[in-house]
Amino acid sequence: MTRSNSRILTGTRIRERRLALSRRQADVARAAGISAAYLNLIEHNRRPVGEHLVVRLAAALDVPAAELAEGREEARIAALREAAARLPAEVAAELDQAPEMLARFPGWAAVLIATARRAEGLERQLVTLSDRMTQDPYLLTTLHEVLSAVTSIRSTASILAEGGEIPPDWRDRFHANLDGDSLRLSRTAQALVAYLDSFDTQGAIFTPQEEVEAWIAAGAPPVDEAADLASDAARTLARDHLDRLTRDRAVLPDRVLTDAAALEPDPLRMAARLQQPLDLVMRRLADLKPRGFENAGLLICDGSGALILRSPSPGFPLARPGDACPLWPLFQALAQPQTAIAARLQAPSGRRFRSLSLATRHQPLGVEGPVLSHAQMLILPEEAGQPGEAGLPIGPACRICPRIGCPARREPSILATA
Amino acid sequence: MPDILIIEDEPNIAHAVQFILSRDGWQVALHGDGLGGIEAIRGAKPRLVILDVMLPHRSGTEILAELRGDHDPSIAATPVLLLTARGQAHVPLADEVLAKPFANDDLRAVVRRMLV
Repeated sequence: MTRSNSRILTGTRIRERRLALSRRQADVARAAGISAAYLNLIEHNRRPVGEHLVVRLAAALDVPAAELAEGREEARIAALREAAARLPAEVAAELDQAPEMLARFPGWAAVLIATARRAEGLERQLVTLSDRMTQDPYLLTTLHEVLSAVTSIRSTASILAEGGEIPPDWRDRFHANLDGDSLRLSRTAQALVAYLDSFDTQGAIFTPQEEVEAWIAAGAPPVDEAADLASDAARTLARDHLDRLTRDRAVLPDRVLTDAAALEPDPLRMAARLQQPLDLVMRRLADLKPRGFENAGLLICDGSGALILRSPSPGFPLARPGDACPLWPLFQALAQPQTAIAARLQAPSGRRFRSLSLATRHQPLGVEGPVLSHAQMLILPEEAGQPGEAGLPIGPACRICPRIGCPARREPSILATA
Repeated sequence: MPDILIIEDEPNIAHAVQFILSRDGWQVALHGDGLGGIEAIRGAKPRLVILDVMLPHRSGTEILAELRGDHDPSIAATPVLLLTARGQAHVPLADEVLAKPFANDDLRAVVRRMLV
């Protein structure tokens, strides 16, 4: 959102509010201590509106100043644009008229924003539940138990219902089987219902990697005291992560990186200035998050493409561990080691990111040992509402990506069929 | 030599299937685990194997793959009816697939089709 666009919004909202109250420009202007001509210029977006004047106009129009303030409008316009971006490309909203819509129909805009946010929340729940249904070993085992009991009951009951001669020992066995299987079915069904009731659909944690991600998001408290690290595997991964950070910090201390970031925003030039490897600089930027990199995120994968660190920027689309979008430049980097790949990315939500990806190779076991590859992608979010190129349309992973026509799609999306 | 060998770890299902098919006149033998499943087939040399997919220790699809690779062509070619909980219409290497739970008449029909 540019400064002039913000002014337009505020002026339009002032005019809309005045007209809604059926008041004359001269009356409102007098109450706000300005001339009617000046108010006319403001309402037609030809003059900026200072903070103090907004307060006076808000009082004159009997509306909270925040309702006329720019920041609130910017956030709402960004939310409207995100709502539009979530829909397929063939549903083309007039994005450039979002400010006008917000100003003219604030109630409808609020409904649209609330509906889009509710849809986003429901999609998250759907993804979580879908993951449970397909990956949860307890659920799979229990459902198999239910199906076995149902199969046995159905076949046995049909045998008894079909009539015909059944030897007494077989008849007794079938009666006992029916009794046992019906009891097993009822117990398993009760356990299943209790288990489903326990679902925390707002984001259940399953895997050690997810535990570590939650731990990092919580600020990486001491490993032995971290509530997010429930499993031994997660604690081991967390300690490995801390060891790597410690090694990186020893080579490139906080102060040195902070000073370098203040002088040079380009990570490649920063690495050249520091005479340090780019992959180290990228990791340190994502860890320290100096000025200009406050919301930096980092993904690291091994040579198989498996993600071994997921510390994304806010709003970057991620699936559950083990799944990813094949279009992420992270994977492209694996095929071009030692070459930094810069790209602009656009998430299904409409959020845009800049990314820098780099793959490295090393042979820790010497010349006779295997060549190990790693790639990492530094993610830097762009401000919402900023104009610019759309960027490469990426997603979290095919199964939960709404981009139906994506050429890289490898499986249907549950969001498209839901 | 039995007509049919059932490899199924759920004894109540195995007994029900055994009874249904025995009443139709087929000679039926049972094996209750994935372990030793391939040896049971080699030993019994049945005309048809009814194989559950989700078996303890060794899955039905693993047994099926080993069966098809058996050095004895007559063993490798044994017709297999796969019992599955997932409702797949087609499973590679299986001759027929029946989704659980199934109707007894459907079981009879598919077995008759495979053996007659």
